[in-house]
Amino acid sequence: MASRPDILGPDLLTAALLRSDRFRIEREADWQRLDAIVTSMEKGRIRRVSDEDLLALPQLYRTVASSLSIARAISLDAATLRYLEALVQRAWFVVYGPRSSLTTWLRGFLGGGWSQAVRGLGLDLALALAVMVAGTLVGWLLVAHDPEWYRAIVPSGYADARVPGASRAALHGTLFGNSEQNGLGAFAAYLFSNNAGVSIMAFALGFAFGVPTLLLLIQNTAMLGAMLWLYHGAGLTLDFAAWISVHGTTELFAILLAGGAGLHIGRAMAFPGTRSVLAAASEAGRRGAQVMAGVVLMLVVAAMLEGFARQLIDNTAGRLIVGGFMLAFWCAYFFAFAREPRTVASDGEPA
Amino acid sequence: MAATIAMPTRHARSNRDRMLITPEGVALPITLASRGSRAGALMLDFIFLGTAFIAVTIALISLGGGVASLIGQFDMGGSASAALQFLVVVWIIMTFMVRYAWFLWFELGARGATPGKRLVGIRIAARDGGRLTAEMVIARNLLRDIELFLPIGFIASAGADSTPAWLAATAWFAMFMLLPCFNRDRLRAGDVIAGTWVVEAPRRKLEAAMTLPEAAPSAAQYRFTDAELAVYGEYELQTLERVLREGREPAIESVQATIAAKIGRDPWVSDSRAFLEAYYAQLRARLETGMRMGKRKADKFAGEA
Repeated sequence: MASRPDILGPDLLTAALLRSDRFRIEREADWQRLDAIVTSMEKGRIRRVSDEDLLALPQLYRTVASSLSIARAISLDAATLRYLEALVQRAWFVVYGPRSSLTTWLRGFLGGGWSQAVRGLGLDLALALAVMVAGTLVGWLLVAHDPEWYRAIVPSGYADARVPGASRAALHGTLFGNSEQNGLGAFAAYLFSNNAGVSIMAFALGFAFGVPTLLLLIQNTAMLGAMLWLYHGAGLTLDFAAWISVHGTTELFAILLAGGAGLHIGRAMAFPGTRSVLAAASEAGRRGAQVMAGVVLMLVVAAMLEGFARQLIDNTAGRLIVGGFMLAFWCAYFFAFAREPRTVASDGEPA
Repeated sequence: MAATIAMPTRHARSNRDRMLITPEGVALPITLASRGSRAGALMLDFIFLGTAFIAVTIALISLGGGVASLIGQFDMGGSASAALQFLVVVWIIMTFMVRYAWFLWFELGARGATPGKRLVGIRIAARDGGRLTAEMVIARNLLRDIELFLPIGFIASAGADSTPAWLAATAWFAMFMLLPCFNRDRLRAGDVIAGTWVVEAPRRKLEAAMTLPEAAPSAAQYRFTDAELAVYGEYELQTLERVLREGREPAIESVQATIAAKIGRDPWVSDSRAFLEAYYAQLRARLETGMRMGKRKADKFAGEA
């Protein structure tokens, strides 16, 4: 029993209240309010947050952030400091989080963000185009030199009737007269899923300094070159070009963009210039991702055209018109209107 | 714009701690997610994805079976086969969604985390301390495709009994899975490209203030002299706070005995907790006063600055 004569009176007791505790008591209501708002926003119940609270959020965030700064200078209450740090961090994630509205992002994306990102690829787009043209030529020349190459270049799933030595009538049959074919919807969905997979891979493989992207581009266009040679031999060049242009102008454009985006990353990592490799890679990656979101959209359009329009339009002139129109449309969309989009992407101000 | 700086070594609790400067200029300590928790989150997501995929597939198959039996009953070829075709379209689109949209959709939400990440308490954030944008989330999830799904497709196309395919797929997996082990910030390929990292999502409740008079009424009976309070610093204060908040009786008693011995008091007191609460409040008052005067004492070894 240590009954020392050091018992405090009630007046001293109130005086013992620490200044840091008074600071805490005065501001605790604000902290709890921010905590409640952030918690319900994290749970995705943004509709339950009242308009007043939403409007107050940025201000509350700054208030609590400044509380944290002051508390660090005057308080040694570790639990309160840790609470404030966690709260400011959570609020920071909400205030500086991803744009919650998908429609806002989509509007900025379609209204200029996408085409700007595509133009931003610049040299890489030209490189990808050159590689694709070269791939087509290589495919043609290889098969022209030795038709045995055809089997190596064109996977057997695509070949069916389209093999070297097939009659003109058989080849003609693959281009025309399929309008009665059933299952177009499922076919289109399959085509989309397959093509999207290939182009996403072309993009993602840019990570390995772009080399696999180049190979993938060459492999896919060599197939085109080989088939072009096959139909050329049967005197069906224009008909084949028309048949493939219906969806091909959109699909090949999409593959071109995906390849360009992949090369963009690969080149940024191989030659980062004055930036660090990580900074260069993430800058190129973000631009590439924007291009890729658009590529997936283009492939949806391409699959629609391939699944429906190509089978329903059964003549060369009509197909050429559709294909040419799509090509002109994409070129105009990406390159004709070089207007700066409203900067919705990465400004530093809180929402 | 915000920036990250290296954490001062004195404060670093582990090599996963980083300091983030918000645009308001407030330094926030953040902790990178451990590799184990990220792997766990991925497993959980795959379990959820697999369950959803199998459930929808079974539902579509039974729907298809119903439609097929309808064809048999009423011989209505055209519309029924269109319905079957529609089911196939739905299934193909769903497969695509499973592959790409699951991670995208959830990481774009306010929590910046898939259900798996949410369960293990981690989330993604922009590495530069700025806003996490949709482009970043898209980029990091497109890369996931080659990290995880490419080798699976590889095995599927080469046949499950092909040894070279398995070896190549395993090497591929290992290369990308081990990437987070070979850089300081534990970035996987998608994080490198997108400029993101994965951090722990803190959740803390505001704990009660311990120094309010009503919180510790019996602590008032102890009064310590300045000399008795001068032996300890901030580190000991925070250790004492932890002991009091955890509230384990044996720990409280042994800490009380240690402090009493150190300051030369009788270690035997009736109420160890009240003794410690009083000492905590008075030590904190003393150190905080010093703090306001610009004099800090880091621990018991530091002299009065």
